[in-house]
Amino acid sequence: MSIHIEGVSKTFSDYPALNGVSLEIGNGEFVALLGPSGSGKTTLLRIIAGLETPEAGCVRFGNRDVTKSSAASRGIGFVFQHYALFGHMTVADNIAFGLTVMPRRSRPKGGEIKRRVTQLLELVQLPGLGDRYPSQLSGGQRQRVALARALARDPKILLLDEPFGALDAKVRRELRGALRTIHEELELTSVFVTHDHEEAFTLADRVALLNEGRIEQFAPPEEIEARPESDFVRTFLS
Amino acid sequence: MPSVIARSSRHSPLPGFGLSLGITIFWLSAIVLIPLSAVFLKSTTDGWDAFWAAAGSPRALASYRLTFGAALLAAAVNCVFGLLVAWVLVRYSFPFKRLFGALVDLPFALPTAVAGIALTALYADTGMIGKVLAPLGLPVAYKPAGVVVALVFIGLPFIVRTVEPVLAEVSSEMEEAALTLGASRWQTFWRVILPTILPALATGFALAFARGAGEYGSVIFIAGNMPFQSEIAPLLIITQLEEYDYAGAAAIATVMLAVSFAMLLVLNLLQHWQRRRRS
Amino acid sequence: MGTRSTLREPPLVKALLMAAAFAYIALMLLLPLWAVMSEAFRAGAKAWAAAVSEPDARAAIKLTVLVAAIAVPLNTIFGVAAAWAISKFQFGGKAVLIAFIELPFSVSPVVSGLVWVLLFGAQGWFGTWLIDRDIQIIFALPGLVLATVFVTFPFVARQLIPLMTAQGRADEEAALTLGASGWQTFWHVTLPNIRFGLLYGVLLCNARAMGEFGAVSVVSGHIRGETNTMPLHVEVLYNEYNFVAAFAVASLLTLLALVTLALKSALEWRYRAALAART
Repeated sequence: MSIHIEGVSKTFSDYPALNGVSLEIGNGEFVALLGPSGSGKTTLLRIIAGLETPEAGCVRFGNRDVTKSSAASRGIGFVFQHYALFGHMTVADNIAFGLTVMPRRSRPKGGEIKRRVTQLLELVQLPGLGDRYPSQLSGGQRQRVALARALARDPKILLLDEPFGALDAKVRRELRGALRTIHEELELTSVFVTHDHEEAFTLADRVALLNEGRIEQFAPPEEIEARPESDFVRTFLS
Repeated sequence: MPSVIARSSRHSPLPGFGLSLGITIFWLSAIVLIPLSAVFLKSTTDGWDAFWAAAGSPRALASYRLTFGAALLAAAVNCVFGLLVAWVLVRYSFPFKRLFGALVDLPFALPTAVAGIALTALYADTGMIGKVLAPLGLPVAYKPAGVVVALVFIGLPFIVRTVEPVLAEVSSEMEEAALTLGASRWQTFWRVILPTILPALATGFALAFARGAGEYGSVIFIAGNMPFQSEIAPLLIITQLEEYDYAGAAAIATVMLAVSFAMLLVLNLLQHWQRRRRS
Repeated sequence: MGTRSTLREPPLVKALLMAAAFAYIALMLLLPLWAVMSEAFRAGAKAWAAAVSEPDARAAIKLTVLVAAIAVPLNTIFGVAAAWAISKFQFGGKAVLIAFIELPFSVSPVVSGLVWVLLFGAQGWFGTWLIDRDIQIIFALPGLVLATVFVTFPFVARQLIPLMTAQGRADEEAALTLGASGWQTFWHVTLPNIRFGLLYGVLLCNARAMGEFGAVSVVSGHIRGETNTMPLHVEVLYNEYNFVAAFAVASLLTLLALVTLALKSALEWRYRAALAART
């Protein structure tokens, strides 16, 4: 599903986090929001998710205006930087959560939920770990569970906030590959936030470079490298 | 104000801001703020002269002296012994330490009336402790000293619980530094450890004092409740109420509340001090 | 908590400090406990059983449980709502709001009861209005509940606000992005996260509600078998020189205090991390 962002602005206790940002993300694209801390990239991702409300501008998914919709009703998957797994639930219960909170009428039956959880655990390459608790998993495993949980309700859009930030280099490389594969396989539209330009450039189809609440350049990695559009882009990449 | 709240609440995607803040403000106003303001308003219904006559009568002044004096003395006693108990709890290991630690909170958990009659039974002339003290010319029960004993009982956990965590944080490196600089253990305690925990000790003192000044249940059994001698201010409020002198009761309550608010201010300043020390 | 050997006091000093601390705890805390129990059973177990099962005592026990059963849930709902608003949202005046919520802790219990008499007593603000309509608040159950709600007001909120602030909003946001409604998020995510902190707050709130003396004493009117809670019944019996019965009822309250302390320690010991904040 395509994502359209038009003229979005957001102010936090008087400093502008986003300043009239517009962005068109095509169906099936894998986009990185790249920038230094304080550039507004996480705020933009949270606005797409409905975790923040913009003061101006609008967000559309396909033809549907979601600016006023709650996070719960947008049908997105969101992966948090520190996983935000529910510590009192097993891995399986975490993954099933999105399904078990559906209205009774549309909620899948118990057996169906179980099948779906098994399937998702295989997708993120953690078969058989459903009975563990998050505290019994490594960082990389936790992030995979968070990913599986976000995918449980078949979202068409996957949003990830610094998904590899807390992981060491080796695990990071493995997870990147897994994420790219899942993105292709499920035909998702994915947006992820990162401050690591190498990560953005190896993983994304297109990269949006943010600085002080504005988009400096939005283009495929090769083009940004070949033709940086501003001094900021040049210095940030060097 | 409402527009500020509405705007700020948008920083959070979570629902329920209006409902939860609404419940909070309604309940706070209905249970605490409106009733407390009734005290101030009632105390001056008969004019300021009547207020001062009631709040400043010789009998009231005597009760403040006893109430606040005993609370100060008890808090001071607990500063010494509370610090001792905290020290032993933090620094030494011994059997049944957890039980010992849990017992410190007994005054928090024991209903005050029970504490009152138990202390009276012990300190009366026929009681286990009174039997020893009375012949020495040190009667406790039914005397102002009894008030102090009750407040010492009530105040102990405040000192221990505020000093304990700070004492545990005093780094052994800091103490070792003092030792390598040639300080004795005793000097290290006075010059390094005590100044470090002083803000916490002062906070505990203020908490114990505030609690002691308002205390009623544990005191009235062991105090003689003689006007001008062993009558605490909270008891005087009740006496006025029983004589249907609402304004008089409210006037004394206003003085008590003013002291409570002053203590809250002091406690806030102390917390500031403590935070600055720690960072 | 092992201190390094260079930082240990000489064995003799250590022994003296520990002996002093143990003696102080024994004198101030254990002895009163022993006094209650020994006085309660002075006339034998039969007299004790008779004292706690006579009709007035039974009525007092029932009333105490009833008052707590109303006051504790009310303050629990309030505490959760206040903690939700304060910890999950940004708005101005939070520090003042928290100070107001903690205010009842620094108000004398007697004043906590007085406020309701000033509002609803015969000569209070709404006195005539209530009398005209034959509604009794003071010297009746509503007054006891109001006084108890006032003194136990901060317990649950004070436990939850720091805990939920430390936990942040990440889990709730995750639940929302997974499609959960506000209530589903609260029941399935927030409540399990705070369950031990909530239990702890409710435990302390209940202990205080059942043991409160000063505040309910002002509003009760001391009508035997009707408006006497257990602590008030203790006072009435004690003032009638019926010491065995007074201490017998007091021993039940002591038992409540000891059970509360045991549960509190168990919670602190087992779930220390979950009570403060998750790491």
